[in-house]
Order: sequence, then structure tokens, then C-alpha cells
Amino acid sequence: MNLSIFLEQIPDGDGTWLQSLMSGLGWTLATAFFAWIIAFSVGSAVGVARTTDRRWLVFLGNGYVELFRNVPLLVQFFIWYFVVPGLFLPVKAWVTTLDPTQHQFVTAVVCLGLFTSARIAEQVRSGIQSLPRGQRSAGYALGLSQRQTYRYVLLPMAYRIIIPPLTSELMNLIKNTAVAYSIGLVELFFRTREMGEMTFRYFEAFAAATLVYVVIAMSANRIMALIERRTAVPGYIMGAK
Amino acid sequence: MTGDLDFEIVGHTLPYLITGLQYTVQLTLIAALGGILFGTLLAMARLSSMKPLAMLAAGYVNLMRSIPLLLVIFWFYFLLPVIIQSVMGWERPPQIGADRSAYITFIMFEAAYFCEIMRAGIQSIAKGQVGAANALGLNYWQSMRLIVLPQAFRNMLPVLLTQTIILFQDVSLVSLLNVTDFVGAAVKVAQRDSRVVEMYAFVAVVYFVICYCLSILVKQLQQRIAIIR
Repeated sequence: MNLSIFLEQIPDGDGTWLQSLMSGLGWTLATAFFAWIIAFSVGSAVGVARTTDRRWLVFLGNGYVELFRNVPLLVQFFIWYFVVPGLFLPVKAWVTTLDPTQHQFVTAVVCLGLFTSARIAEQVRSGIQSLPRGQRSAGYALGLSQRQTYRYVLLPMAYRIIIPPLTSELMNLIKNTAVAYSIGLVELFFRTREMGEMTFRYFEAFAAATLVYVVIAMSANRIMALIERRTAVPGYIMGAK
Repeated sequence: MTGDLDFEIVGHTLPYLITGLQYTVQLTLIAALGGILFGTLLAMARLSSMKPLAMLAAGYVNLMRSIPLLLVIFWFYFLLPVIIQSVMGWERPPQIGADRSAYITFIMFEAAYFCEIMRAGIQSIAKGQVGAANALGLNYWQSMRLIVLPQAFRNMLPVLLTQTIILFQDVSLVSLLNVTDFVGAAVKVAQRDSRVVEMYAFVAVVYFVICYCLSILVKQLQQRIAIIR
């Protein structure tokens, strides 16, 4: 193991390998951040739709989740990157106005966002359904509309209950950004692979990436645990203490 | 919509695609069996009263679960030859193709996930049963083999199968090492004949149909098991 390789200059590039990996990390985190926004909002909407008493909403929501859960992520990347612009000309016209990096980034964010949203929808649904049935009835009995019942009664408790599974979904999302390497997004795994191929220092490159991913996973875990403690409702078995 | 789609390409290349699908299925089954076996051992180690063993197993599982599968695939692809070389004392590292190193990779990687499932399964068995087994004079291995594990397996069967469906999808990542699995075969045809849209759409549909049917079967199994209990 020779750590000085990280401070060596990249041939025909600017900066060191360390900087290259850090810029990859930046893309990884940016992709995960924007994808999480999509995943959380779409996932919540679909999850809520699946718990309403409107049959067609439940049906659509279930179909949505099954669609994204039963196709490998890599294939979903290919669909968004090649098939969607190939089938829909307006998308193709828009994509050609982007530079390649923008195109890869947008694809990765949309693909990972919707992929993760299906998993979040599943968590939101089970969180709402784990609440005692009386809570919904109590909301209606107090004269709240369906929207208000969700907003003030069901969702505040459901979100708190599903913080642990949401934590693992967040960590899955960050790990899954590595698959964006397949469409050429210059995220952390891409940079790692590139460093290995150009320097033949695979061991150092992979070890560095492993370390970074472990640190990210641990910090994501800590942050979510903090949120869980901050939002815990006294008297319930959630969060530490 | 573009009008020049030609799905006949799927028909022409079907035998090749099926070879790829065969590899995917084979890798899935072997990795699932090996992963469940190794994962069960890991789960027993994690629950062991020997602290160093439990910590070692926990460290392994947490490490595997916090790094992307893609990174693990490349780790094993590059490291396995070097490890075998140093263990066997050979002069040069053996040539292991990515298609063969993938078996080891997926067994080692999935074991971490199967371990967590089996750990939950073992912990779901009432403590009194282990006490009763000890009272009957069974040793640790006997009580595990005859009392705890069969029940843990049955309780966790739906979860183990769901994880296997996820594994079946995850296998597609080996195509990034140029392995001709189902996706790899489709990528090669798509690039050779410039039929990207048709091939990838076809692959997505096939995966969807297989995984959706399997997940319905698992759901039915789950309900049957739930009734028995």
C-alpha cells in the first residue's frame, strides 16, 4: 500500500488523484441529494394513495411500486438513458441541448429518484397501515377532512415510525449511485475505476473508495438517528430514550 | 414516437439471449444456496457467546452492507487471483474470468444480507426451546440443526426468497465486467446491431414478468405459512 499515489498528478489532467476522487464524491452526493428529494416526495404521494379508500388510486399506486421493484436498477438506467429518448422525440430534442455530463446527471437523478420512490412508497404505506385504525376514525370524528386527517393525525406518526427503514433506503440510494457509472456519470465509483485503470493501483483506489462509502454510510446512520431522537414523541417506543 | 422499431431482432438473437439468461439463473441459484449457507454460519457467529467471533462476523456483515455491490464485484474480480496466488504459493496469479469470480463475489456479498435474515429467524425462536434442547442433552450443534434452524428457515422462507429475487436482479451488474449474463447478452446485441431501444425494452419486460410472477408466488407462500402458525 502506497499512499503517495493519491497526491500524484493525473496524467493529462489537472489536480491529483485525491482531488479526482473527491470530485467523484461530490457527484455521488449531489446525485443522491436530488434523487432523495424526488424519491421522498413521489414516494410519499404514492404511499398515501395506496392507503386511501379510492380503489383506482390504490390500484395505480400498487402498479407503480411493482413496476419499479421488478426491473433491475441497471436496466432502469438503460431505459431512462437510451430507450426513453429513443421513443419520445421531444425528450430526445431536449436531451440533445444538454451537454453529456448534464444528460447523465439528470438521467441518474430521475432514475434513482423514481427507483427509490417505489421503495419509500412501500414504507410509507406500511407506516400508515401500522397505526391503529381508531386514529383515522378519531380524525374523522373530530370533523377533520381526509386531507387534514392525513396531515395532522396519520402522517406525523407514520413518518416517525418509518425512520429506521427510511435510513436504510437513504443508504441504499447512496450506494446505488455507483450504478450511474454504467451511463458514464463521473461519480465516486467511476473515478475509482479510472484511477485503478490508469495507475494499476487498484488496491489503493478501491480501498479509498471503500473507506469513503463506509464513512458515508456511518454518517447517514448517525444523522437519521439524530432526527429520530429529535422527533421522538414521549411515551412511544421510538428513538433512544 | 419513432416508427422504425424492429422487434424481429429479438427473435433472431433469442438463442443467444437465452444462453445469457441461463447464466443469470445459474449464478442466482448457486449464489443463493451458497449465500444462505454461509449467511447462516455468519448469523450463528454473530449470535455466538464468543465475543471476538461475534464482532468479526458483525464487522464483515456491516462492511459488506455499507459498500455498493458494484465495488464488491470489482474488488473480488481484481483481488481473488492475487489471494489465490498467495494462498497457493504460485508464481503468478491464476486467470479467473469475471464470469467465474462472480460466483464467489455473490456468495460472499449476499451472505451478509442472508445473515441478517437468518439472525432475525433464529432470534424469533423462543428461548425456552433452546433450554429444552439442552435439558434433553443436545449439544449446541444438535440443538441448532434439529430444533432452531429448521423453524428459523421456515419462518424466514418468504424473506429468503424475496432476497433471492433481489439477487436475481442484482446479477445484472456483472454485465459491467463484460460478462454475458442476460443483460450482458442484450448489451452486446444492442451495440452490434444498433438496436438499443428494442433490446433494452425487451430485457426490462422479461425481468418484470419473471420477478413479478415470482413475487406473487412468494406472497402466496407467505399467506399459507401464516395460516399454519
